[in-house]
Amino acid sequence: MSYKALWFALAFLVLVVASFASLDLQWGQFLSLEAARSMGRFFAEFVPPDLSPIFVSKVAVAAWETLAMSALGTLLAAVGGLLLALPNNRFFASAVLNALRSIPELVWAALLLISAGLGPFAGTMALGLHTMGVLGRLFAEAIENAPQGPAEALRAQGVGRVQVFFYATWPEVLPQLMSYTLYRWENNIRAAAVLGVVGAGGLGQLLSFHMGLFQMHKTATVLGAMVILVALVDTLSYLWRRALKS
Amino acid sequence: MSSTLQTQHPKLRDPDWTRRWLGFCFFVVLLWPILVATEFKPWILVEPGNLKITGQFLSSFWPLETHPEFLTMVAQGTWRTVAMATVGVVLALLVACPMALVSCRVLSVSALGGRMGWLPFAVRLLVRWVLIVLRSIPELVWALVFVRVVGLGPTAGVLAIALTYGGMLGKVYGEILESSDAHATQNLLRNGGSRVQAFFYALLPSSSSELASYTVYRWECAIRSSVILGFVGAGGLGQQLDNSMKMFNGGEVATILLVFMALVAVTERISNWLRSSLS
Amino acid sequence: MVARHPAARAGSPAALQGVSLSLAAGEHIAVIGPSGAGKTSLLHVMACALRLDSGRLEIQGQIPWQLGSRALHKLRGRLFLAPQVPPLPPRQRVVTSVLAGRLPAMSLWASLRSLCYPSDIPAAQQALAQFDLSDKLFERVDRLSGGERQRVGLARALLSPAQAWLVDEPLSALDPIRSKQALQTLIDNARARGVTLVASLHQVDMALAHFTRVLGLREGRVLFDLPAAHVTQEHLARLYDQFEHELHGGPPQDFPAPALQTDPTRPLSMHCR
Repeated sequence: MSYKALWFALAFLVLVVASFASLDLQWGQFLSLEAARSMGRFFAEFVPPDLSPIFVSKVAVAAWETLAMSALGTLLAAVGGLLLALPNNRFFASAVLNALRSIPELVWAALLLISAGLGPFAGTMALGLHTMGVLGRLFAEAIENAPQGPAEALRAQGVGRVQVFFYATWPEVLPQLMSYTLYRWENNIRAAAVLGVVGAGGLGQLLSFHMGLFQMHKTATVLGAMVILVALVDTLSYLWRRALKS
Repeated sequence: MSSTLQTQHPKLRDPDWTRRWLGFCFFVVLLWPILVATEFKPWILVEPGNLKITGQFLSSFWPLETHPEFLTMVAQGTWRTVAMATVGVVLALLVACPMALVSCRVLSVSALGGRMGWLPFAVRLLVRWVLIVLRSIPELVWALVFVRVVGLGPTAGVLAIALTYGGMLGKVYGEILESSDAHATQNLLRNGGSRVQAFFYALLPSSSSELASYTVYRWECAIRSSVILGFVGAGGLGQQLDNSMKMFNGGEVATILLVFMALVAVTERISNWLRSSLS
Repeated sequence: MVARHPAARAGSPAALQGVSLSLAAGEHIAVIGPSGAGKTSLLHVMACALRLDSGRLEIQGQIPWQLGSRALHKLRGRLFLAPQVPPLPPRQRVVTSVLAGRLPAMSLWASLRSLCYPSDIPAAQQALAQFDLSDKLFERVDRLSGGERQRVGLARALLSPAQAWLVDEPLSALDPIRSKQALQTLIDNARARGVTLVASLHQVDMALAHFTRVLGLREGRVLFDLPAAHVTQEHLARLYDQFEHELHGGPPQDFPAPALQTDPTRPLSMHCR
């Protein structure tokens, strides 16, 4: 084993031990029999989920709101990310993109709630801003790494920059850009579901509302809807990406 | 020569045009209800009342809060966040490793002779489904639930990360193991070695650097997750940020945001360096 | 055009050395020589795609590299360079790729509109028909064979507003019959429009048969610059010394279809989530 590997292993071990030690984890809380029983009782309250038509329709509306939030947010992010990926001078654009993606969606949502008020608009903008940072960087890399042959041939013909982009670069990178966008949609549907916890509407808001009132049956329904929605978007995204491949 | 090759064609239409036009209309038709459902009114942001509030909030960002007591608190919060992420990922490994091993087809003994037996197949399918469920529920939701059970504090956050990341790691480990060269592993199994032996002597050595690389990368993501979990009571930087925002203390918010961005940048640097030296 | 004593990129040995060449408008020249002779570099220099280390390049009385960028762009529009590997984006349709030859003459708005609906399908079809490809009009580029793609790249020239065509190895992926057809088409069209045609070729027999003037390059230097009738076996032997296998040409090369960059079903898992 080389010295470098030894140092790594040691540093890693130190980090792990220090982490376990410094957090006052209540192991007793969930490893004892009493804890297991109380957890069992807690999880038992989830069953059966509330499936009354009135409530299910409420959940459906909230699910649609969440889906719309994730879709629009991702779309705005793709457009904005593309615009930020285009400039030749990367310094300013990269700085903006890094700032956008360092801040998690939830933090953006909390900040935007101040300006935009409660509701899905703040959630959409939060998703859009954060994802713009992520997609912008991925788009810029893809554009940079695209094969240059067609673009160079057009430039040698004296074609202007914008036309070179649309006739040579755009067809090359479009499948990859779409694939990145669809993949981020999978992430954003999960993020959209939880943004409601801070007040951005959708399933998250419903979840925190009913959990706050300890209405576990309704909470179970909302959780079920979340899982279904996530599975739906994952499948759609996978199918679309597979269609892109052919 | 060219005139004999030239043939008379009627004026041709672009066959893709109808399809593209329909696609565009479909997109527009879908866009409207989405705009309605998300209450998309960007002009709200520039309404005078809101603009004033935003302006006041943003201007309160400066000066940054640099009181030593506050900075100490932030430093402690940062460490708790990192610790929470580390413990969470370690526990996630405990969840992911056995599941990845079980779900991996390469280690299947019954498949050596051709088709896999139905029981091993069912077990593998079940494990994959469990991993999918673990991955589908956002960690924030797990944290909300666990906070009810074990109370506020890092335990809830650690458990949430352990479960969600266990699902993610389990799936990717499984994929890495499956995509590695099965030849050596199957050879050991064929010659009568046990599955554990085949794993340690063949499967693990060939995929270890990829596995380690992905784990380091996930640890970096876990740090961001634990900040988010702080918003629901798991402690650390996230909770401090939440508190400061609720009190509209712009200076504190700005400081914590900057510290967070620095944390993300440093962790990314470390993670990149570790991953490049692993490969 | 006048090009005098160009030497090429720093570090590596000069791609072209002591090349002195002058072309009249409307002339047809074939450039022959073994691999690494600098044929591609010469064409790129003439197309203003490659800067000279030293020497002088003059096109229609202007010195390109001293012009402002606008004027240089306009000058480039009058030169058409067809690289050896067809510069076609894989997922683009043939009709769009061919019409792209006209871009220097199209305004920005017209070119963007043409992306939504091709602006001149009959012209594209006519150009392709001359290369026997009119049935591939709406196909995607990556569904064509290497030879077909090469012919699409040549068909672009027919639509370009250029007054000089600089064609690099236009026949490398074509079988002998198609080679003859393609070369004849190029030459006929060039003559009809009074376009200056410079083609680098590996097929020496085709070069001698179809071109009036032949330039022999070897290791970056001009070995001979003669009318085709005056090129003897001796000249060819000296030119292709130690590269005899290239003298007799090889089977058509096939350019593999450009692959999509990554697998869209498994994007990089390297971002959170």
